[in-house]
Amino acid sequence: MIAMIDVEKIREDFPILKREVNGRPLVYLDNAATSQTPKQVIDCIVDYYQNLNANIHRGVHTLSQEATDAYEAARKTIQTHYNIAHAHEVILTSGTTHSINLVANGFSSFLKSGDEILVSAMEHHSNIVPWQMLAERTGAILKVIPMNENGELVMEAYHNLLGDKTKLVFCNHVSNALGTVNPIDEIVEAAHAHDAAVLIDGAQAAPHIKVDLQALDVDFYTMSAHKVCGPTGIGMLYGKQKWLNALPPYQGGGEMIAEVTFEKTTYADLPHKFEAGTPNICGGIAFGAALDYMNAIGFEAIAAYEAELLAYATEKLLEIKGMKIYGTAAEKTSVISFNIQGIHPYDIGTILDKLGVAVRTGHHCAQPIMDYYKIPGTVRASFSFYNTMAEVDVLVESVKRAQSMLQ
Amino acid sequence: MTITEIQEEIVDEFSMFDDWMQRYEYMIELGKSLPLIEEAYKTDDNIIKGCQSKVWVHAELDENKLVFTADSDAIITKGIIAILIRAFSNQKPQDIIDADTDFIDEIGLKEHLSATRANGLVSMVKQLKLYAIAYQTQLN
Repeated sequence: MIAMIDVEKIREDFPILKREVNGRPLVYLDNAATSQTPKQVIDCIVDYYQNLNANIHRGVHTLSQEATDAYEAARKTIQTHYNIAHAHEVILTSGTTHSINLVANGFSSFLKSGDEILVSAMEHHSNIVPWQMLAERTGAILKVIPMNENGELVMEAYHNLLGDKTKLVFCNHVSNALGTVNPIDEIVEAAHAHDAAVLIDGAQAAPHIKVDLQALDVDFYTMSAHKVCGPTGIGMLYGKQKWLNALPPYQGGGEMIAEVTFEKTTYADLPHKFEAGTPNICGGIAFGAALDYMNAIGFEAIAAYEAELLAYATEKLLEIKGMKIYGTAAEKTSVISFNIQGIHPYDIGTILDKLGVAVRTGHHCAQPIMDYYKIPGTVRASFSFYNTMAEVDVLVESVKRAQSMLQ
Repeated sequence: MTITEIQEEIVDEFSMFDDWMQRYEYMIELGKSLPLIEEAYKTDDNIIKGCQSKVWVHAELDENKLVFTADSDAIITKGIIAILIRAFSNQKPQDIIDADTDFIDEIGLKEHLSATRANGLVSMVKQLKLYAIAYQTQLN
């Protein structure tokens, strides 16, 4: 199948892909950590500081109004992208970690000792630690949905864990360490049958899968702009209106208030209630530009092309002697976590770097997964729509070279 | 040999190589000659923090000299710690405390290693010196 992606033309949009690392052309395969930035987004950031820079929402002057319009237009872009019912259900945060902490903090008011909250076994630390802290504060019990050898959640166990005491379920849409796409429709539906709320961490799904949040009917969904060709330091918390109204504010400050006296403060309406202080205005606007950029290419075309990259890379890597791939779920994104028998992942990563190939090594902030497989970590190559088949070949050749040096 | 003499010897050896691959291959070879720590000392207390791979170091006083043994689960890291131990082991604690570590830059280790590993290297040097300080206190 010929995917509808003109990768050479797309690569022209990314200035960084032209640079060299250690005297070799950069092969950037650390896209799950952060995506690269196209010139359309870079131009947007430059334009903001050259033509638009002003504080938003309260100024009567033209610049402030134009900056406010651009910021709110970005919120609408995000709303449209995720098919969210109301723009005020889009809370702009500093990123996924901030989004999760905001919800975890707010749920302190709703939980009591003995309530149960469920977490999947394949979470990033950012979707574990805030809930552990919540459990410590409230006396709620944290239970783990197990995974199998392929890196898939054991759904039967999930259904058995759900009960009258379950108040909240949190799970990633896609695992950062394994690439597994989790069955979030089923997770949400089953949790709702027990009146439990669900938060889905969509950080790793964002660059690969366009989600209809109304159809999904999830209570909270989080992601970060830097995973979708946007800047760091900006991201989204989607929350259903009823939940966002019920949750207490996370941070106090300017912007999030209606009226302040020393006796009592009333809070602003959504989304401002959760957006205290001057936000990352430029980041928000560039976030919108990044989604526009990706939508212009099209998520279906991106998914089809990345599936080809994944299939080719998997096939080629498996030809290497001693190769073990972790995460072989039936449905996965273009992420390959692997080790070569007898070689530490860090050694491979170091040699790959010398050869200009950027991958990630270590536990990928998902230590429970590494404990499950009883390994210190993996090498993770993660592919984006701007990677090429030729780059996959460079990866494979470089891994072979590392292997011959290290064994 | 003094620490300075050993360091000069190491710098000489590394100056023979033209490219990074040869340096790394040599480092890996040196890793294989590392005086290995006894399994009993491979405890969490002996792990050096700040390295992405695990590094264990043990120090023992042999008369008035400090002898290091170590191990790592990553082979390149093992090479780095082997180089450090070759420079510092079997020396008087005070000499280890006083030794400078410029040779690490001179053999292109710090320059050629990633930031995370460079930090690991700094942590390794710090740990060896901390052992020396502890044993020097004992000797006093």
